[in-house]
Amino acid sequence: MKIAVCIKRTPDSESRFKIGGNGSAIDETGLKFDMDDFAGYAIEVALQLNEKQGPGESVVFAVGPDSVQETLRKAMSMGVDRAVHLKVDGPVFDGVAVSKALAAELKSGGFDLILFGKYAFDTSASIVGTATAELLGLPCVTAASKLEIASGRGTARREIEGAGEIVEFPLPAVVTIDEGIARPRYPSLKGIMAAKKKPLETKPAQLGPVRVQVKAMELPPERPAGKIVGQGAAAVPELVRLLQNEAKVL
Amino acid sequence: MPNVLVFAESRGTDIRKVGLEAVTAARALADAVGGEVHALVGGPPGIAGKAAALGQYGADAVFVCENAAFAHYARETIAATIAERAKSYRAVVLPFSATGRDLGPRLAAKLDAPIAADIVSLSASGDTITVKHPGYANKVIVTLAVTGPLAVLSLRPSAFTPKEAPRTPRTESITASAATERVAVKEVLEGARGKLDLGEAPVIVSGGRGLRAPENFKLVEDLAAAFGNAAVGATRAVTDEGWRPVSDQIGQTGRQVSPQLYVAVGISGAIQHLAGMRTAKTIVAINKDPEAPIFKVADYGVVGDVFEVVPALTDAVREAKKGH
Repeated sequence: MKIAVCIKRTPDSESRFKIGGNGSAIDETGLKFDMDDFAGYAIEVALQLNEKQGPGESVVFAVGPDSVQETLRKAMSMGVDRAVHLKVDGPVFDGVAVSKALAAELKSGGFDLILFGKYAFDTSASIVGTATAELLGLPCVTAASKLEIASGRGTARREIEGAGEIVEFPLPAVVTIDEGIARPRYPSLKGIMAAKKKPLETKPAQLGPVRVQVKAMELPPERPAGKIVGQGAAAVPELVRLLQNEAKVL
Repeated sequence: MPNVLVFAESRGTDIRKVGLEAVTAARALADAVGGEVHALVGGPPGIAGKAAALGQYGADAVFVCENAAFAHYARETIAATIAERAKSYRAVVLPFSATGRDLGPRLAAKLDAPIAADIVSLSASGDTITVKHPGYANKVIVTLAVTGPLAVLSLRPSAFTPKEAPRTPRTESITASAATERVAVKEVLEGARGKLDLGEAPVIVSGGRGLRAPENFKLVEDLAAAFGNAAVGATRAVTDEGWRPVSDQIGQTGRQVSPQLYVAVGISGAIQHLAGMRTAKTIVAINKDPEAPIFKVADYGVVGDVFEVVPALTDAVREAKKGH
């Protein structure tokens, strides 16, 4: 199969953030950036599908500044065949604009399957995969925690609120990948060496008009320090009293 | 007129709380831009009877689409039905629920409109709608300016509180737009039929590894039952172990919840978990380790053995509820 995986480079989610850029960006000093977690699952799914199903091709795409090339190389060191970098100057918060740039690139690619992470850590908006599918006129399954492909059709499991859902769909299709589906492999030394020779193409991203812009970023207010009501079951009557009279939630 | 179209999400023949939240937010936006609120409801036959309830929360008009296909989320049909009507509106408002996450970007792409997702506040001025959205797993509040004649806005569940703004709405029954459902739902695996959804429950009782074994979740379920209006959640450690279904996971990669009361039982408070529940109004933590990070975010902490504290709390809550 010919599989495209669209990935994103995001800061380590365990980081402590500070605001920089005159209050409209995070301060990137000292932050570690890498492939977004969900994008990593999507790469692994693509590799496993082609390993299982025989000869195929996997291509990784990313919209981002030059630094995203390191992440594209990482995808290739995991086993992806080639990479396309759609260049922008800084982070883009307009999901539809990013989708337009990706769709313009993907539409003539002849892909059987186009994978995304279910969302990216930084924008946390779950927009780009679905909007790209819509722009390409392809069926789209979001948040797949299982995915099987057989004779031109896909079957996926989605976790929805309080339930699971099994869906079937024809290829070509777009699927966004949830966690738990596959553990991303570490690049082997051989993979890292091979990735250096794999093709990485860079071109400007065709975003079109950007209509969602960051005005400000701030850290959320800290929760005021709480109190320890007491030790063991003896604390229960006081806890219940506080829930009734102070918090008024009981 | 700069009217606001709102998708009042339903399940079966009931409007969901997130649907009412969306109508309330749409009302505020419509008042700011001087327009009307038009609500669109898509559900199986029987949903029409709920249209008047949307007037209660401020809808001036309700478009009701009764169709057997809407017994489940018929993604392509509902997207086509909304998009067909949305073109001349100032904004389309919908919940950032499982449905809305999927539906919002479809609408934005169909309408070539900008979209802001998972927002917790919004205001309008001229051709700009300004919204706040917690990004970076709730660690950074991002203020976004959305420009253009039409915007798609999806709202974080529980960030807006349904407010009454009663009127008698005009109702109009509409037919679903033609669309081919290429993604076929083969099976719905009901994890918890009839139980409150984590996104809607006023109280959540959540269990962590401190419960030591899956069967001990009975303690958590009993406490939830004592509250009567509680759903049961779990940490990632617990769902990774298979003690609880993945759909119960609260945290950065699971559900993000903002209930009135969150009771953390045997949960240490890893960053991954805190990202999913730190916006709860009141947090109670019960843990035997006084140094557990959960106590840093908890309003009320009890240091102790969950096997001793939780049953006592369950009895006390049951007593307190009896008094009401």
